[in-house]
Amino acid sequence: MNWRVAACRADYRVHKIATSTLDWKTTREDFPILREKAHGHPLIYFDSAATSQKPRAVIEALRNFYEHENANVHRGLHTLSSRATEAYENARHRVAEYIGAASPNEIIFTRGTTESINLVAEAWGRKFIREGDVILLTVMEHHSNLVPWQLLAERTGARLRFVPVRDDGTLELEQLSSLLTPEVKLFAFTHISNSLGTINPVADLCEKARAVGALTLVDAAQSVGHLPIDVRELGCDFLAFSGHKMCGPTGIGVLFGRAKVLDSMPPWQGGGEMIVSVALEKSAFKKAPHLFEAGTPNIAGAIGLAAAIDYIESIGRPAIFEHDSQLSRYAAERLKKLPGTRIFGPNKERGALVGFVMDAAHPHDLTTFADQYGLAMRGGHHCNQPLMRRFGVSGTTRASFYFYNTIEEIDRMIEILHAAARFFS
Amino acid sequence: MIPEIEELYQEVILDHSRRPRNFGELPDAAVRVHGDNPACGDEIHLAVKFDADGGLADIKFTGRGCAISQASASLMTIKLKGKSRAEVMGMLGAFHDLVTEETSEVPKTLGDLRVMQGVRKFPQRVKCAMLPWRAVEQALEQGAGEASVSTEPA
Ligand SMILES: Cc1ncc(COP(=O)(O)O)c(C=O)c1O
Repeated sequence: MNWRVAACRADYRVHKIATSTLDWKTTREDFPILREKAHGHPLIYFDSAATSQKPRAVIEALRNFYEHENANVHRGLHTLSSRATEAYENARHRVAEYIGAASPNEIIFTRGTTESINLVAEAWGRKFIREGDVILLTVMEHHSNLVPWQLLAERTGARLRFVPVRDDGTLELEQLSSLLTPEVKLFAFTHISNSLGTINPVADLCEKARAVGALTLVDAAQSVGHLPIDVRELGCDFLAFSGHKMCGPTGIGVLFGRAKVLDSMPPWQGGGEMIVSVALEKSAFKKAPHLFEAGTPNIAGAIGLAAAIDYIESIGRPAIFEHDSQLSRYAAERLKKLPGTRIFGPNKERGALVGFVMDAAHPHDLTTFADQYGLAMRGGHHCNQPLMRRFGVSGTTRASFYFYNTIEEIDRMIEILHAAARFFS
Repeated sequence: MIPEIEELYQEVILDHSRRPRNFGELPDAAVRVHGDNPACGDEIHLAVKFDADGGLADIKFTGRGCAISQASASLMTIKLKGKSRAEVMGMLGAFHDLVTEETSEVPKTLGDLRVMQGVRKFPQRVKCAMLPWRAVEQALEQGAGEASVSTEPA
């Protein structure tokens, strides 16, 4: 199944019509930081894949919480505690709606994608993974969807297998049938590659995994703020993402887990919030999601994330995806024409980023140079060392976009890169 | 052109990064050090031969990296060839100060290495400049055989 069919079946067309009437310049004004200067130049922020900027609505939501609602959740019986608890649980509802979860009980608040994946590796992995089992990953995984599985494999004697990546940055899907054997207990893969921009066919991959009885975990860090996601249409068992890459605050993230799967899992961390009663020798635990949220959670973060969701929904994810795709396609086209420049990732459909290398300058030199002109890009391995090795480079320069970026900014980037090429060669 | 850029990437640095000196193999090296900067994937392979007194008789490098690390390695090998162990250690300290300390006097003994001074305005690039020096430090410590060193403490 095509991702677009899978992800946006319901509302794609309706929103597409609305896209053209959106005024992106006004949207940009919602982000106070975009008025900043860097080295005396107007800031061009092309590093949203690392973390997105925050709209005023989110900044205000955090402020409002601390000024009017701040208290601990699920504990006090006083007014503020009820306000905080309600706001926190409303945020859980909002997240569930946003990704199409069947129930808010399937939403666990974490610190981010990394913690979400570690939670699965620890709590689910400890119970269900045995020696000889296989965890299937891909060569394009971010270190956060690789290292937790390495640790689990080391501890349990399980083995890791990897779906290879083609030269064009897509997965070698024809290998799947030989890789997805009955020993595979989990297939964990990214929705959108943070270095290549590849958009993986999530629904299709989940279906194939299900056919051999494997569970699936989708790393949605780069997708959840950029395109519509419905976990039931995707058919995944787990989905992990970070608030900070989708206009939300840092330190808040989400693990979605299908209710049946969560209910089969033992607790992860122990502490307050996750128990019903505690005796000195033994405790009775709450059910998911609270079972997996030991200790005082990031209350403000969850509320900020809900505000980010409201903000994104006010624009519409199909419109955002259209806009971002236009930017990344345009950037890819222009970059390809720069002399001595190689770009990575698929030609046709790509997420909101382009990774590239230039013969004239190393990624670090390029990003240092660009920064002096106010252009923020990222140079390096992007927590994708095995993938970099696969493509025979030590790192790339990455320009990543969000809906507050413009075509004019890309034109300026190309000018700056021309200047860099002249300077370094 | 922006002054900070010109200060960081002086013509000498660009020249050494494009045509690094002492770049290549040293077949009869006493010690080989693999240095890497995990933050960016840059790497250097440094090979060192000692004279009878333990000084650096010859030193060569290969590897790949940014202009700063390549130029730093190239300039370093020129400077260190023929130097005693104590001189090398003294220069290592002086070079570190050169690229990190905003206020320090720049010692004349550093000679050509002084073109690397611009790095102090770019704290994220200090590791690039220091990578070859970390490797040579390791080579002296190790004395023989193979070793590796990283800009990130393990
Ligand atoms: C694809 C992907 N997965 C996981 C992560 C990790 O996210 P976080 O650092 O917010 O846990 C990132 C972001 O760096 C990412 O791009």
